Amino acid sequence: MRVHHALALIPAAALLAAPWIADRPTRLFGIPFLLAWTVGAVLLTSATMWLIHRLDAGTHEDES
Amino acid sequence: VTIALAIIALSFIAALALGFSAGRGKERTLESWSVGGRGFGTLFMFLLMAGEIYTTFTFLGGSGWAYGKGAPAFYIICYGSLAYITSYWLLPAIWRYAKEQKIFTQAEFMARKYDSVALGVLVAVVGVVAMIPYLVLQLKGLGLIVSEASNGAVSSGAAIWAGTIGLVAYVMVSGIHGSALTALVKDVMILVVVVALGLWLPWHLHGGMGPMFDAVELAKPGFLALPERGLSASWFSSTVLLTALGLYMWPQNFASAFSARNADTLRRNATFMPLYQLVLLFVFFIGFAAIVAVPGLEGADVDLALLRVVKQTLPGWVVGTVGAAGVLTALVPGSMILMAAATVLADTVYRTATGERDAQKIARIAKGLVPVVAGVALWFTFRGGSTIVALLLMGYSFVTQLFPAALLSLGRVRFSALSVGVGICVGVGIVSWTTLTGMTFAQLAPTWPPIITDVNIGILALGGNVCALLLAEVVHRVRA
Repeated sequence: MRVHHALALIPAAALLAAPWIADRPTRLFGIPFLLAWTVGAVLLTSATMWLIHRLDAGTHEDES
Repeated sequence: VTIALAIIALSFIAALALGFSAGRGKERTLESWSVGGRGFGTLFMFLLMAGEIYTTFTFLGGSGWAYGKGAPAFYIICYGSLAYITSYWLLPAIWRYAKEQKIFTQAEFMARKYDSVALGVLVAVVGVVAMIPYLVLQLKGLGLIVSEASNGAVSSGAAIWAGTIGLVAYVMVSGIHGSALTALVKDVMILVVVVALGLWLPWHLHGGMGPMFDAVELAKPGFLALPERGLSASWFSSTVLLTALGLYMWPQNFASAFSARNADTLRRNATFMPLYQLVLLFVFFIGFAAIVAVPGLEGADVDLALLRVVKQTLPGWVVGTVGAAGVLTALVPGSMILMAAATVLADTVYRTATGERDAQKIARIAKGLVPVVAGVALWFTFRGGSTIVALLLMGYSFVTQLFPAALLSLGRVRFSALSVGVGICVGVGIVSWTTLTGMTFAQLAPTWPPIITDVNIGILALGGNVCALLLAEVVHRVRA
Protein backbone atom coordinates (compact mmCIF):
# COMPACT_ATOMS: atom_id res chain seq x y z
CA MET A 1 0.00 0.00 0.00
CA ARG A 2 1.30 3.43 -0.87
CA VAL A 3 0.19 6.91 0.15
CA HIS A 4 -1.78 7.68 -3.02
CA HIS A 5 -3.83 4.52 -2.47
CA ALA A 6 -5.65 6.52 0.21
CA LEU A 7 -7.34 8.38 -2.66
CA ALA A 8 -9.64 5.38 -2.95
CA LEU A 9 -11.22 6.42 0.35
CA ILE A 10 -12.85 9.42 -1.36
CA PRO A 11 -15.18 7.51 -3.74
CA ALA A 12 -15.73 4.86 -1.06
CA ALA A 13 -16.95 7.57 1.32
CA ALA A 14 -19.10 9.12 -1.42
CA LEU A 15 -20.79 5.73 -1.98
CA LEU A 16 -21.34 4.86 1.68
CA ALA A 17 -22.40 8.36 2.75
CA ALA A 18 -24.78 8.85 -0.21
CA PRO A 19 -28.04 8.32 1.71
CA TRP A 20 -26.93 10.65 4.53
CA ILE A 21 -25.93 13.64 2.44
CA ALA A 22 -27.67 13.26 -0.91
CA ASP A 23 -31.23 12.20 0.00
CA ARG A 24 -32.86 15.56 -0.81
CA PRO A 25 -35.95 16.58 -2.79
CA THR A 26 -33.80 18.51 -5.31
CA ARG A 27 -33.50 17.31 -8.91
CA LEU A 28 -30.50 17.35 -11.22
CA PHE A 29 -31.29 17.18 -14.95
CA GLY A 30 -34.75 16.05 -13.89
CA ILE A 31 -33.29 13.10 -11.95
CA PRO A 32 -33.72 12.70 -8.16
CA PHE A 33 -30.62 14.08 -6.43
CA LEU A 34 -29.77 10.81 -4.64
CA LEU A 35 -29.74 8.92 -7.94
CA ALA A 36 -27.66 11.65 -9.61
CA TRP A 37 -25.24 11.51 -6.66
CA THR A 38 -24.74 7.75 -6.95
CA VAL A 39 -24.03 8.16 -10.66
CA GLY A 40 -21.48 10.87 -9.85
CA ALA A 41 -19.90 8.63 -7.21
CA VAL A 42 -19.56 5.82 -9.75
CA LEU A 43 -17.83 8.13 -12.24
CA LEU A 44 -15.57 9.37 -9.44
CA THR A 45 -14.75 5.75 -8.52
CA SER A 46 -13.68 4.94 -12.05
CA ALA A 47 -11.61 8.13 -12.37
CA THR A 48 -9.94 7.60 -8.99
CA MET A 49 -9.03 3.98 -9.69
CA TRP A 50 -7.64 5.04 -13.05
CA LEU A 51 -5.50 7.69 -11.34
CA ILE A 52 -4.24 5.23 -8.73
CA HIS A 53 -3.37 2.78 -11.46
CA ARG A 54 -1.50 5.50 -13.34
CA LEU A 55 0.45 6.52 -10.23
CA ASP A 56 1.22 2.85 -9.61
CA ALA A 57 2.65 2.42 -13.12
CA GLY A 58 5.95 0.59 -13.09
CA THR A 59 5.77 -0.34 -9.40
CA HIS A 60 4.17 -3.77 -9.83
CA GLU A 61 6.55 -6.58 -10.61
CA ASP A 62 3.81 -8.44 -12.48
CA GLU A 63 2.95 -6.04 -15.32
CA SER A 64 3.33 -7.20 -18.84
CA VAL B 1 -45.94 -12.98 -30.36
CA THR B 2 -44.63 -15.33 -33.02
CA ILE B 3 -41.98 -12.85 -34.09
CA ALA B 4 -40.92 -12.28 -30.46
CA LEU B 5 -40.62 -16.01 -29.92
CA ALA B 6 -38.69 -16.49 -33.15
CA ILE B 7 -36.14 -13.83 -32.15
CA ILE B 8 -35.68 -15.40 -28.72
CA ALA B 9 -35.27 -18.89 -30.17
CA LEU B 10 -32.80 -17.71 -32.81
CA SER B 11 -30.68 -15.82 -30.28
CA PHE B 12 -30.70 -18.82 -27.98
CA ILE B 13 -29.49 -21.10 -30.76
CA ALA B 14 -26.89 -18.56 -31.92
CA ALA B 15 -25.58 -18.21 -28.35
CA LEU B 16 -25.33 -21.98 -27.97
CA ALA B 17 -23.53 -22.30 -31.30
CA LEU B 18 -21.10 -19.61 -30.23
CA GLY B 19 -20.63 -21.36 -26.90
CA PHE B 20 -19.85 -24.66 -28.62
CA SER B 21 -17.47 -23.15 -31.18
CA ALA B 22 -15.49 -21.42 -28.42
CA GLY B 23 -14.31 -24.75 -27.05
CA ARG B 24 -12.90 -26.06 -30.33
CA GLY B 25 -9.18 -26.63 -30.41
CA LYS B 26 -8.86 -25.95 -26.67
CA GLU B 27 -7.06 -28.32 -24.33
CA ARG B 28 -9.14 -30.68 -22.26
CA THR B 29 -7.43 -30.01 -18.95
CA LEU B 30 -9.25 -28.61 -15.93
CA GLU B 31 -7.03 -25.53 -16.15
CA SER B 32 -8.22 -24.76 -19.67
CA TRP B 33 -11.86 -25.72 -19.05
CA SER B 34 -12.35 -23.98 -15.74
CA VAL B 35 -10.01 -20.96 -15.75
CA GLY B 36 -9.22 -20.53 -19.46
CA GLY B 37 -5.59 -21.52 -18.99
CA ARG B 38 -5.15 -18.26 -17.00
CA GLY B 39 -4.79 -16.43 -20.30
CA PHE B 40 -7.60 -13.84 -20.47
CA GLY B 41 -6.56 -10.26 -21.20
CA THR B 42 -8.29 -7.05 -20.13
CA LEU B 43 -11.17 -7.18 -22.63
CA PHE B 44 -12.14 -10.79 -21.98
CA MET B 45 -11.81 -10.34 -18.22
CA PHE B 46 -14.13 -7.34 -18.42
CA LEU B 47 -16.65 -9.30 -20.48
CA LEU B 48 -16.41 -12.32 -18.22
CA MET B 49 -16.87 -10.39 -14.99
CA ALA B 50 -19.57 -8.13 -16.39
CA GLY B 51 -21.16 -11.25 -17.84
CA GLU B 52 -21.48 -13.01 -14.53
CA ILE B 53 -22.07 -10.12 -12.14
CA TYR B 54 -24.92 -8.59 -14.18
CA THR B 55 -27.57 -11.32 -14.15
CA THR B 56 -31.31 -11.57 -14.72
CA PHE B 57 -31.61 -10.37 -11.16
CA THR B 58 -29.89 -7.12 -12.14
CA PHE B 59 -32.37 -6.41 -14.92
CA LEU B 60 -35.68 -7.88 -13.75
CA GLY B 61 -34.86 -7.37 -10.07
CA GLY B 62 -33.31 -3.92 -10.52
CA SER B 63 -36.27 -2.56 -12.46
CA GLY B 64 -38.59 -4.41 -10.06
CA TRP B 65 -36.99 -2.69 -7.06
CA ALA B 66 -37.28 0.75 -8.67
CA TYR B 67 -40.93 -0.06 -9.50
CA GLY B 68 -41.84 -1.53 -6.12
CA LYS B 69 -39.57 0.23 -3.62
CA GLY B 70 -38.31 3.44 -5.26
CA ALA B 71 -35.22 5.21 -3.91
CA PRO B 72 -33.86 2.27 -1.82
CA ALA B 73 -33.13 0.55 -5.16
CA PHE B 74 -30.25 2.99 -5.70
CA TYR B 75 -28.14 0.95 -3.26
CA ILE B 76 -27.56 -1.51 -6.12
CA ILE B 77 -25.49 1.09 -8.00
CA CYS B 78 -23.37 1.82 -4.92
CA TYR B 79 -22.42 -1.64 -3.72
CA GLY B 80 -20.94 -2.88 -6.97
CA SER B 81 -18.84 0.23 -7.27
CA LEU B 82 -17.53 -0.19 -3.72
CA ALA B 83 -16.70 -3.83 -4.45
CA TYR B 84 -14.65 -2.82 -7.50
CA ILE B 85 -12.59 -0.45 -5.36
CA THR B 86 -11.62 -3.33 -3.05
CA SER B 87 -10.97 -5.58 -6.05
CA TYR B 88 -7.98 -3.42 -7.03
CA TRP B 89 -6.03 -4.89 -4.09
CA LEU B 90 -7.93 -8.09 -3.36
CA LEU B 91 -7.98 -9.76 -6.77
CA PRO B 92 -4.31 -9.37 -7.80
CA ALA B 93 -3.23 -10.87 -4.46
CA ILE B 94 -5.63 -13.79 -4.90
CA TRP B 95 -4.60 -14.26 -8.53
CA ARG B 96 -0.86 -14.37 -7.74
CA TYR B 97 -1.19 -17.09 -5.11
CA ALA B 98 -3.60 -19.10 -7.24
CA LYS B 99 -1.21 -19.03 -10.18
CA GLU B 100 1.79 -20.09 -8.08
CA GLN B 101 -0.14 -22.95 -6.53
CA LYS B 102 -2.15 -23.87 -9.66
CA ILE B 103 -5.48 -23.40 -7.91
CA PHE B 104 -8.89 -23.53 -9.66
CA THR B 105 -11.35 -22.86 -6.87
CA GLN B 106 -12.00 -20.64 -3.91
CA ALA B 107 -12.21 -23.65 -1.58
CA GLU B 108 -8.83 -24.95 -2.72
CA PHE B 109 -7.41 -21.44 -2.25
CA MET B 110 -8.51 -21.42 1.40
CA ALA B 111 -7.36 -25.00 1.94
CA ARG B 112 -3.82 -24.18 0.75
CA LYS B 113 -3.60 -20.81 2.45
CA TYR B 114 -4.61 -22.23 5.81
CA ASP B 115 -3.10 -25.64 5.16
CA SER B 116 -6.31 -27.48 5.99
CA VAL B 117 -8.41 -29.73 3.73
CA ALA B 118 -11.22 -29.58 6.27
CA LEU B 119 -11.45 -25.80 5.84
CA GLY B 120 -11.46 -26.31 2.08
CA VAL B 121 -14.43 -28.64 2.32
CA LEU B 122 -16.27 -26.22 4.64
CA VAL B 123 -15.74 -23.35 2.17
CA ALA B 124 -16.83 -25.63 -0.69
CA VAL B 125 -20.05 -26.59 1.09
CA VAL B 126 -20.91 -22.98 2.02
CA GLY B 127 -20.22 -21.93 -1.58
CA VAL B 128 -22.29 -24.64 -3.22
CA VAL B 129 -25.21 -24.11 -0.83
CA ALA B 130 -25.16 -20.42 -1.79
CA MET B 131 -24.73 -21.04 -5.52
CA ILE B 132 -27.62 -23.47 -6.06
CA PRO B 133 -30.37 -20.95 -5.20
CA TYR B 134 -28.57 -18.37 -7.31
CA LEU B 135 -28.69 -20.76 -10.25
CA VAL B 136 -32.35 -21.49 -9.53
CA LEU B 137 -33.02 -17.74 -9.66
CA GLN B 138 -31.43 -17.54 -13.12
CA LEU B 139 -33.54 -20.46 -14.36
CA LYS B 140 -36.74 -19.00 -12.94
CA GLY B 141 -35.88 -15.66 -14.53
CA LEU B 142 -35.34 -17.37 -17.87
CA GLY B 143 -38.71 -19.14 -17.64
CA LEU B 144 -40.44 -15.90 -16.68
CA ILE B 145 -38.95 -14.00 -19.62
CA VAL B 146 -39.84 -16.59 -22.24
CA SER B 147 -43.39 -17.22 -21.04
CA GLU B 148 -44.04 -13.49 -20.65
CA ALA B 149 -42.57 -12.58 -24.05
CA SER B 150 -44.55 -15.34 -25.78
CA ASN B 151 -47.78 -14.50 -23.92
CA GLY B 152 -47.75 -17.98 -22.45
CA ALA B 153 -47.36 -19.77 -25.82
CA VAL B 154 -44.21 -21.37 -24.41
CA SER B 155 -44.66 -22.33 -20.78
CA SER B 156 -42.11 -21.26 -18.23
CA GLY B 157 -41.36 -24.91 -17.47
CA ALA B 158 -40.62 -25.81 -21.10
CA ALA B 159 -38.33 -22.79 -21.44
CA ILE B 160 -36.45 -23.76 -18.29
CA TRP B 161 -35.89 -27.31 -19.55
CA ALA B 162 -34.72 -26.14 -22.98
CA GLY B 163 -32.46 -23.50 -21.44
CA THR B 164 -30.91 -25.90 -18.95
CA ILE B 165 -30.21 -28.64 -21.48
CA GLY B 166 -28.51 -26.19 -23.83
CA LEU B 167 -26.58 -24.71 -20.94
CA VAL B 168 -25.33 -28.05 -19.64
CA ALA B 169 -24.22 -29.12 -23.11
CA TYR B 170 -22.14 -26.08 -23.89
CA VAL B 171 -20.63 -25.84 -20.42
CA MET B 172 -19.48 -29.46 -20.67
CA VAL B 173 -17.99 -28.91 -24.12
CA SER B 174 -16.52 -25.43 -23.91
CA GLY B 175 -16.23 -24.52 -20.25
CA ILE B 176 -15.19 -20.96 -19.56
CA HIS B 177 -14.25 -20.23 -23.18
CA GLY B 178 -17.93 -20.62 -24.07
CA SER B 179 -19.03 -18.35 -21.23
CA ALA B 180 -16.61 -15.59 -22.22
CA LEU B 181 -17.70 -15.57 -25.86
CA THR B 182 -21.41 -15.75 -25.06
CA ALA B 183 -20.85 -12.95 -22.55
CA LEU B 184 -19.69 -10.72 -25.41
CA VAL B 185 -23.02 -11.10 -27.22
CA LYS B 186 -24.95 -10.77 -23.99
CA ASP B 187 -23.17 -7.60 -22.88
CA VAL B 188 -23.65 -5.84 -26.22
CA MET B 189 -27.32 -6.84 -26.45
CA ILE B 190 -28.26 -5.90 -22.93
CA LEU B 191 -26.40 -2.61 -23.17
CA VAL B 192 -28.24 -1.58 -26.33
CA VAL B 193 -31.63 -2.79 -25.09
CA VAL B 194 -31.44 -1.23 -21.64
CA VAL B 195 -30.04 2.14 -22.68
CA ALA B 196 -32.51 2.45 -25.57
CA LEU B 197 -35.50 1.55 -23.40
CA GLY B 198 -34.29 3.61 -20.45
CA LEU B 199 -34.14 6.73 -22.61
CA TRP B 200 -37.10 6.07 -24.91
CA LEU B 201 -39.75 5.06 -22.36
CA PRO B 202 -39.58 8.23 -20.18
CA TRP B 203 -39.77 10.43 -23.28
CA HIS B 204 -42.46 8.41 -25.01
CA LEU B 205 -44.69 8.03 -21.96
CA HIS B 206 -44.08 11.32 -20.16
CA GLY B 207 -42.23 13.67 -22.50
CA GLY B 208 -38.97 13.65 -20.54
CA MET B 209 -37.05 12.59 -17.45
CA GLY B 210 -38.28 15.45 -15.24
CA PRO B 211 -41.98 14.97 -16.11
CA MET B 212 -41.63 11.22 -15.52
CA PHE B 213 -40.28 11.71 -12.01
CA ASP B 214 -42.99 14.31 -11.37
CA ALA B 215 -45.58 11.71 -12.37
CA VAL B 216 -43.96 9.12 -10.09
CA GLU B 217 -43.96 11.59 -7.19
CA LEU B 218 -47.62 12.33 -7.87
CA ALA B 219 -48.59 8.65 -8.05
CA LYS B 220 -46.50 7.65 -5.03
CA PRO B 221 -45.62 10.64 -2.83
CA GLY B 222 -42.24 10.28 -1.09
CA PHE B 223 -41.27 7.37 -3.32
CA LEU B 224 -38.10 9.07 -4.56
CA ALA B 225 -36.70 9.61 -1.06
CA LEU B 226 -35.57 7.00 1.44
CA PRO B 227 -38.20 6.15 4.08
CA GLU B 228 -37.70 7.27 7.71
CA ARG B 229 -37.92 3.68 8.89
CA GLY B 230 -37.25 0.32 7.31
CA LEU B 231 -35.22 0.80 4.13
CA SER B 232 -33.73 3.98 5.58
CA ALA B 233 -30.27 5.57 5.31
CA SER B 234 -28.92 3.15 7.95
CA TRP B 235 -30.21 0.20 6.00
CA PHE B 236 -28.79 1.66 2.76
CA SER B 237 -25.23 2.17 4.01
CA SER B 238 -25.00 -1.10 5.93
CA THR B 239 -26.38 -3.06 2.98
CA VAL B 240 -23.98 -1.40 0.54
CA LEU B 241 -21.08 -2.33 2.80
CA LEU B 242 -22.17 -5.94 3.37
CA THR B 243 -22.99 -6.76 -0.23
CA ALA B 244 -19.79 -5.06 -1.47
CA LEU B 245 -17.74 -7.35 0.78
CA GLY B 246 -19.73 -10.34 -0.44
CA LEU B 247 -19.57 -9.69 -4.20
CA TYR B 248 -16.20 -11.32 -4.88
CA MET B 249 -16.77 -14.00 -2.26
CA TRP B 250 -19.23 -15.72 -4.59
CA PRO B 251 -17.21 -18.76 -5.67
CA GLN B 252 -17.79 -18.08 -9.38
CA ASN B 253 -16.70 -14.43 -9.04
CA PHE B 254 -13.70 -15.32 -6.87
CA ALA B 255 -12.66 -17.97 -9.39
CA SER B 256 -13.10 -15.65 -12.37
CA ALA B 257 -10.03 -13.76 -11.16
CA PHE B 258 -8.00 -16.92 -11.82
CA SER B 259 -8.68 -16.57 -15.55
CA ALA B 260 -6.70 -13.33 -15.83
CA ARG B 261 -3.47 -13.35 -17.81
CA ASN B 262 -1.71 -11.21 -15.23
CA ALA B 263 -2.43 -9.22 -12.09
CA ASP B 264 -2.46 -5.90 -13.90
CA THR B 265 -5.42 -7.04 -16.00
CA LEU B 266 -7.39 -7.23 -12.76
CA ARG B 267 -6.27 -3.77 -11.64
CA ARG B 268 -7.26 -2.32 -14.98
CA ASN B 269 -10.61 -4.06 -14.61
CA ALA B 270 -11.16 -2.23 -11.32
CA THR B 271 -11.09 1.05 -13.26
CA PHE B 272 -13.54 -0.09 -15.99
CA MET B 273 -16.02 -2.17 -14.05
CA PRO B 274 -17.63 0.75 -12.15
CA LEU B 275 -18.69 2.30 -15.46
CA TYR B 276 -20.75 -0.79 -16.22
CA GLN B 277 -22.75 0.02 -13.07
CA LEU B 278 -24.26 2.92 -14.98
CA VAL B 279 -26.38 0.42 -16.92
CA LEU B 280 -28.42 0.24 -13.74
CA LEU B 281 -29.38 3.89 -14.09
CA PHE B 282 -31.27 3.00 -17.27
CA VAL B 283 -32.71 -0.13 -15.66
CA PHE B 284 -34.15 2.13 -12.94
CA PHE B 285 -35.60 4.52 -15.54
CA ILE B 286 -37.47 1.57 -17.04
CA GLY B 287 -38.79 0.57 -13.62
CA PHE B 288 -39.96 4.12 -12.87
CA ALA B 289 -41.59 4.45 -16.30
CA ALA B 290 -43.54 1.28 -15.55
CA ILE B 291 -45.04 2.73 -12.35
CA VAL B 292 -47.52 4.87 -14.26
CA ALA B 293 -47.78 2.71 -17.39
CA VAL B 294 -48.44 -0.69 -15.78
CA PRO B 295 -49.56 -0.01 -12.19
CA GLY B 296 -50.73 -2.59 -9.68
CA LEU B 297 -47.99 -5.23 -9.78
CA GLU B 298 -47.26 -6.43 -6.26
CA GLY B 299 -45.12 -8.92 -4.38
CA ALA B 300 -42.98 -11.10 -6.63
CA ASP B 301 -44.80 -9.72 -9.69
CA VAL B 302 -42.81 -6.47 -9.55
CA ASP B 303 -40.09 -8.36 -11.41
CA LEU B 304 -42.45 -8.41 -14.40
CA ALA B 305 -42.54 -4.60 -14.58
CA LEU B 306 -39.87 -4.34 -17.28
CA LEU B 307 -41.40 -6.97 -19.56
CA ARG B 308 -44.94 -5.69 -19.09
CA VAL B 309 -44.13 -2.09 -19.93
CA VAL B 310 -42.23 -3.18 -23.04
CA LYS B 311 -45.09 -5.41 -24.16
CA GLN B 312 -47.60 -2.66 -23.66
CA THR B 313 -45.77 0.07 -25.53
CA LEU B 314 -43.62 -1.59 -28.19
CA PRO B 315 -43.97 -3.93 -31.20
CA GLY B 316 -43.27 -7.67 -31.17
CA TRP B 317 -39.76 -7.55 -32.51
CA VAL B 318 -38.66 -5.27 -29.65
CA VAL B 319 -40.30 -7.60 -27.13
CA GLY B 320 -38.38 -10.44 -28.76
CA THR B 321 -35.07 -8.59 -28.60
CA VAL B 322 -35.61 -7.70 -24.95
CA GLY B 323 -36.56 -11.31 -24.22
CA ALA B 324 -33.50 -12.61 -26.05
CA ALA B 325 -31.21 -10.26 -24.11
CA GLY B 326 -32.91 -11.41 -20.93
CA VAL B 327 -32.41 -15.08 -21.75
CA LEU B 328 -28.70 -14.48 -22.33
CA THR B 329 -28.38 -12.68 -19.00
CA ALA B 330 -29.64 -15.89 -17.41
CA LEU B 331 -27.44 -18.24 -19.45
CA VAL B 332 -24.04 -16.57 -18.97
CA PRO B 333 -24.04 -16.36 -15.16
CA GLY B 334 -25.80 -19.74 -15.11
CA SER B 335 -22.90 -21.29 -17.00
CA MET B 336 -20.32 -19.73 -14.67
CA ILE B 337 -22.17 -20.95 -11.59
CA LEU B 338 -22.54 -24.46 -13.01
CA MET B 339 -18.83 -24.59 -13.78
CA ALA B 340 -17.72 -23.17 -10.45
CA ALA B 341 -19.96 -25.58 -8.52
CA ALA B 342 -18.88 -28.62 -10.55
CA THR B 343 -15.20 -27.70 -10.28
CA VAL B 344 -15.29 -27.18 -6.54
CA LEU B 345 -17.18 -30.43 -5.96
CA ALA B 346 -14.69 -32.40 -8.08
CA ASP B 347 -11.48 -30.59 -7.23
CA THR B 348 -12.02 -30.12 -3.51
CA VAL B 349 -14.73 -32.41 -2.15
CA TYR B 350 -14.20 -35.48 -4.35
CA ARG B 351 -10.40 -35.26 -4.32
CA THR B 352 -10.30 -34.83 -0.55
CA ALA B 353 -12.72 -37.67 0.03
CA THR B 354 -11.03 -40.18 -2.29
CA GLY B 355 -7.43 -38.96 -2.45
CA GLU B 356 -7.60 -39.13 -6.24
CA ARG B 357 -4.40 -37.76 -7.83
CA ASP B 358 -5.12 -38.19 -11.54
CA ALA B 359 -5.75 -34.67 -12.87
CA GLN B 360 -7.47 -35.96 -16.02
CA LYS B 361 -9.89 -38.00 -13.98
CA ILE B 362 -10.70 -34.96 -11.82
CA ALA B 363 -11.37 -32.96 -14.99
CA ARG B 364 -13.70 -35.69 -16.29
CA ILE B 365 -15.54 -35.80 -12.98
CA ALA B 366 -15.93 -32.01 -12.93
CA LYS B 367 -17.59 -32.15 -16.36
CA GLY B 368 -19.69 -35.12 -15.30
CA LEU B 369 -20.96 -33.16 -12.31
CA VAL B 370 -22.32 -30.34 -14.50
CA PRO B 371 -25.59 -32.15 -15.34
CA VAL B 372 -25.87 -33.31 -11.72
CA VAL B 373 -25.68 -29.75 -10.37
CA ALA B 374 -28.08 -28.60 -13.08
CA GLY B 375 -30.46 -31.41 -12.11
CA VAL B 376 -30.46 -30.34 -8.47
CA ALA B 377 -31.16 -26.77 -9.54
CA LEU B 378 -34.02 -27.96 -11.77
CA TRP B 379 -35.50 -29.92 -8.89
CA PHE B 380 -35.47 -26.83 -6.68
CA THR B 381 -36.83 -24.68 -9.50
CA PHE B 382 -39.91 -26.89 -9.88
CA ARG B 383 -40.30 -28.26 -6.36
CA GLY B 384 -38.57 -25.78 -4.07
CA GLY B 385 -41.62 -23.61 -3.45
CA SER B 386 -41.07 -20.77 -1.06
CA THR B 387 -38.05 -22.31 0.67
CA ILE B 388 -35.94 -21.23 -2.27
CA VAL B 389 -36.59 -17.57 -1.43
CA ALA B 390 -35.17 -18.09 2.04
CA LEU B 391 -32.19 -19.96 0.60
CA LEU B 392 -31.57 -17.16 -1.83
CA LEU B 393 -31.63 -14.49 0.84
CA MET B 394 -29.20 -16.63 2.79
CA GLY B 395 -26.90 -17.19 -0.18
CA TYR B 396 -25.49 -13.68 -0.33
CA SER B 397 -25.08 -13.54 3.44
CA PHE B 398 -23.43 -16.98 3.41
CA VAL B 399 -20.69 -16.05 0.98
CA THR B 400 -20.10 -12.76 2.82
CA GLN B 401 -19.02 -14.89 5.80
CA LEU B 402 -16.00 -16.00 3.76
CA PHE B 403 -14.67 -12.45 3.56
CA PRO B 404 -12.72 -12.38 6.85
CA ALA B 405 -11.02 -15.67 5.94
CA ALA B 406 -10.10 -14.40 2.46
CA LEU B 407 -8.83 -11.07 3.75
CA LEU B 408 -6.77 -12.53 6.62
CA SER B 409 -5.21 -15.11 4.30
CA LEU B 410 -3.54 -12.26 2.42
CA GLY B 411 -2.05 -10.54 5.49
CA ARG B 412 1.23 -11.13 7.27
CA VAL B 413 -0.23 -12.47 10.52
CA ARG B 414 -1.02 -16.19 10.23
CA PHE B 415 -4.36 -17.32 11.58
CA SER B 416 -5.13 -20.95 12.22
CA ALA B 417 -7.57 -22.85 10.02
CA LEU B 418 -9.56 -23.77 13.10
CA SER B 419 -10.17 -20.12 14.11
CA VAL B 420 -11.21 -19.17 10.60
CA GLY B 421 -13.47 -22.22 10.38
CA VAL B 422 -15.10 -21.40 13.72
CA GLY B 423 -15.72 -17.84 12.48
CA ILE B 424 -17.36 -19.08 9.27
CA CYS B 425 -19.54 -21.57 11.20
CA VAL B 426 -20.69 -18.92 13.67
CA GLY B 427 -21.42 -16.44 10.85
CA VAL B 428 -23.32 -18.99 8.79
CA GLY B 429 -25.21 -20.09 11.92
CA ILE B 430 -26.34 -16.53 12.69
CA VAL B 431 -27.36 -15.98 9.06
CA SER B 432 -29.45 -19.16 9.06
CA TRP B 433 -31.11 -18.24 12.34
CA THR B 434 -31.94 -14.65 11.36
CA THR B 435 -33.14 -15.60 7.86
CA LEU B 436 -35.30 -18.55 8.87
CA THR B 437 -36.93 -16.67 11.75
CA GLY B 438 -37.10 -13.33 9.91
CA MET B 439 -35.18 -11.77 12.79
CA THR B 440 -34.14 -8.10 12.52
CA PHE B 441 -32.46 -5.61 14.85
CA ALA B 442 -35.88 -3.97 15.20
CA GLN B 443 -37.19 -7.17 16.80
CA LEU B 444 -34.11 -7.68 18.95
CA ALA B 445 -34.26 -4.15 20.35
CA PRO B 446 -37.67 -2.63 19.59
CA THR B 447 -37.13 0.46 21.73
CA TRP B 448 -33.92 1.57 20.03
CA PRO B 449 -34.02 4.33 17.40
CA PRO B 450 -34.38 3.33 13.71
CA ILE B 451 -30.87 4.57 12.95
CA ILE B 452 -29.66 1.46 14.80
CA THR B 453 -32.51 -0.99 14.28
CA ASP B 454 -32.59 -0.47 10.49
CA VAL B 455 -29.01 -1.66 10.16
CA ASN B 456 -28.86 -4.79 8.00
CA ILE B 457 -28.96 -7.83 10.29
CA GLY B 458 -26.11 -9.29 8.24
CA ILE B 459 -23.76 -7.01 10.21
CA LEU B 460 -24.58 -9.13 13.28
CA ALA B 461 -23.49 -12.30 11.48
CA LEU B 462 -20.28 -10.76 10.16
CA GLY B 463 -19.52 -9.25 13.59
CA GLY B 464 -20.18 -12.59 15.29
CA ASN B 465 -17.97 -14.27 12.72
CA VAL B 466 -15.04 -11.92 13.38
CA CYS B 467 -15.44 -12.06 17.19
CA ALA B 468 -15.57 -15.86 17.20
CA LEU B 469 -12.57 -16.00 14.88
CA LEU B 470 -10.48 -13.71 17.13
CA LEU B 471 -11.57 -15.49 20.30
CA ALA B 472 -10.71 -18.90 18.85
CA GLU B 473 -7.34 -17.58 17.70
CA VAL B 474 -6.54 -16.27 21.20
CA VAL B 475 -7.50 -19.61 22.76
CA HIS B 476 -5.48 -21.42 20.10
CA ARG B 477 -2.37 -19.35 20.79
CA VAL B 478 -2.65 -19.57 24.57
CA ARG B 479 -2.91 -23.36 24.42
CA ALA B 480 -0.21 -23.77 21.79
